[in-house]
Amino acid sequence: MHDTLAHLKKGERAVIMDVSSNLIPLKLLEMGCLPGNSVELVQVAPFSDPMYLNINGSHLAIRKETAIHILIEKVANE
Amino acid sequence: MSKQINVALIGNPNTGKTSVFNALTGLNQKVGNYPGITVEKKEGICKLPRGVKAHIIDLPGTYSLNASSLDENVVIELLLNKNDKDFPDIAVVVTDVENLKRNLLLFTQIKDLEIPTILVINMADRMSRKGISLDIAYLETHLKTKIALTSTRKKEGIDNLKELISNYKEISTQPCLDTTTIDLSYFDSLKKAFPNQLLYKLWLVITQDVNFGKTDRKEINAVNDFKTKSKTDLKRLQQKETIKRYQFINNVLKKGQTIDLSQAKDLRIKLDRIITHKVWGYLIFGIILLLIFQAIYDWSEVPMDFIDGIFASLSEWTKNILPKGAFTNLIAEGIIPGLGGIVIFIPQIAFLFLFISVLEESGYMSRVVFLMDRVMRRFGLSGKSIVPLISGTACAIPAVMATRNIENWKERLITILVTPFTTCSARLPVYLIIISLVIPKGRFLGLSYQALTLMLLYLIGFATAVFSAYILNKILKIKSRTFFVIEMPNYKLPLLKNVALTVVEKTKSFVFGAGKIILAISIILWFLASYGPGENFNNAEDIIRTKFATDNLSDNDLQQKIASYKLENSFIGITGRAIEPVIRPLGYDWKIGIAIISSFAAREVFVGTLATIYSVGNDDEATIKNRMAAEVNPILGGPLFTFASGISLLLFYAFAMQCMSTLAIVKRETNSWKWPILQLTIMSTFAYIVALLAFQFLK
Ligand SMILES: Nc1nc2c(ncn2[C@@H]2O[C@H](COP(=O)(O)OP(=O)(O)OP(=O)(O)O)[C@@H](O)[C@H]2O)c(=O)[nH]1
Ligand SMILES: [Mg+2]
Repeated sequence: MHDTLAHLKKGERAVIMDVSSNLIPLKLLEMGCLPGNSVELVQVAPFSDPMYLNINGSHLAIRKETAIHILIEKVANE
Repeated sequence: MSKQINVALIGNPNTGKTSVFNALTGLNQKVGNYPGITVEKKEGICKLPRGVKAHIIDLPGTYSLNASSLDENVVIELLLNKNDKDFPDIAVVVTDVENLKRNLLLFTQIKDLEIPTILVINMADRMSRKGISLDIAYLETHLKTKIALTSTRKKEGIDNLKELISNYKEISTQPCLDTTTIDLSYFDSLKKAFPNQLLYKLWLVITQDVNFGKTDRKEINAVNDFKTKSKTDLKRLQQKETIKRYQFINNVLKKGQTIDLSQAKDLRIKLDRIITHKVWGYLIFGIILLLIFQAIYDWSEVPMDFIDGIFASLSEWTKNILPKGAFTNLIAEGIIPGLGGIVIFIPQIAFLFLFISVLEESGYMSRVVFLMDRVMRRFGLSGKSIVPLISGTACAIPAVMATRNIENWKERLITILVTPFTTCSARLPVYLIIISLVIPKGRFLGLSYQALTLMLLYLIGFATAVFSAYILNKILKIKSRTFFVIEMPNYKLPLLKNVALTVVEKTKSFVFGAGKIILAISIILWFLASYGPGENFNNAEDIIRTKFATDNLSDNDLQQKIASYKLENSFIGITGRAIEPVIRPLGYDWKIGIAIISSFAAREVFVGTLATIYSVGNDDEATIKNRMAAEVNPILGGPLFTFASGISLLLFYAFAMQCMSTLAIVKRETNSWKWPILQLTIMSTFAYIVALLAFQFLK
């Protein structure tokens, strides 16, 4: 089992593993949220929602309800 | 040359399309550092080298040709309809050099429609800060296009772009992606069924209807057979397509673009650690709001007094040079003060537009969206609703338009319905004059009561908007898929020219828009007030003279009595007194009643209406405010504008839907009469009840 994006903590990085869930809008993929791309959690609003991400250089905010469908693998911070 | 070529500016949100449009056409469309500033098609003309004329179309930003909100859909509808008169001969895809990879996705899609496409790589001035360098020749070959590297801030590259546009015939229309590779068998059968159609276009039509709802497109019929694939399958194919496109782009950029990360300075993330912080973020937002408020109330006082003085002397001067008479009175005491009642608000309105445009230009708006999304969602709104609610303090019309980039229809509808509750600039004239009449001068904790009242009115407007959103969210049974993505653009130093332009343009249109209505209404009202039917009006002088024959009134007082008797029996007086029973429980007299009715056209007409009516009713020289203070309540005696009637009037204006233009725009944006009519009835009834309660409790 992979972690989901919602498990990421502020400042942590991860690699996106799978976005095939039907509940992820196509628009998000088109904005660069694709398997293999790196993602960093820049900032969270209260209750970790929404989440401010840096996905491969795109800075976006998405809601937690979307983030829980994006599977990731954390990478150690260097 | 007679032939005009159609050029469409297409690109991701916030890449500078409108800036390029303005540079090409010399027009001044609104620019801002927030994804979703342009929500409608805008057109202009550009003269190209060798006498060619281009018809330039600025479009809303879109991330791809798969629309997910209304503003994005505009682009797709245009590109899929060859018969549209604006169908582009050339597409100019505008990209942001900092986000080239993502921006190119849309570029490859447009290319695949086999429209001649020019690539503009904008914001070139930021390349060195970000350590980016490009191999333009390599990119041109591999993307099969011509590239213009531009910076609209530095005015660079625009001539080159014009040159490229005028040579559009030489641009290749070769696609980037072979559509069939997405799913060989599916696209093969599609090809067999529609041998004459472009495959990618067919594919867009099929997926578009599935994604965004039916659209009437006569050009390609019978695609229905190919929706046999389930939604999930289609979506899987779209995912696959996206991945393929990115593979292509990555391959091209690997050689065409180098980014030296050691050179890149990223202020955005550092700033955002604080500006979007759980605690500091809200604190900063609060301080900014307070600052705006302070500016509107305190800083504008000096220029406002100055303008007030000018109009008072102007009206005096007119009286002196024009022959004495009723018509002079109309000009000197109706029209000039009426216009003055608007012009005086220029400082405040300019401040308001200044702040809003700085917030938009700096990139801060997106951060507010981020901070507020969670809170707003509780009330059935989206974080993106905060933008209409904030810009609604200037005017509800652009605010309602700004809801177009909210993806979720229910959230968008609720935002449209509640936005008119926010205190727009047209309410300011009414608020300020009533506040200055009925709220005492004292201070509390260093803030004047008057300023506090105004602040409270803003809060009431905002709270009502949010609260009614909450109720609407519970009542409205609309199912729509929620999802929410917003980009956090880089911070930018607001361009003085852009900010100044917005402030000047907006203020001008406020003054002229309101000025025209006021002028028209003043003149109509003046006629209605100066003439009347029947005995009472025509024999006013005799009637009054007989009535007060024994009272030994001075000539002046007698004239005064005659004038006001005439006014009461004029057309407007008769109408006013007919409606008086309805508004009397609110503490108003018939003159206020007329002012309320005329301000259904636009709220700011209120002051002008009273000025006109008073100018007919008597002719001593006083400012409109002094006149209002001198009015006597016909029933209760004593001043008409008391604390109770003043508060009642303030609350009435806070809640009532008195703006034709807003209703018209709501009709257009919701595409039905149902919502604006509902809005009008509910808001006005609510306003009446609240005003009634307020007066009855306070009197
Ligand atoms: N540094 C820099 N900033 C630019 C340049 N061109 C535009 N901008 C800024 O980028 C922001 C977006 O510009 P717009 O022209 O409104 O972008 P748009 O693509 O029309 O945006 P939408 O209508 O929202 O899709 C504004 O703040 C501009 O001032 C440029 O060449 N260099
Ligand atoms: Mg624009």
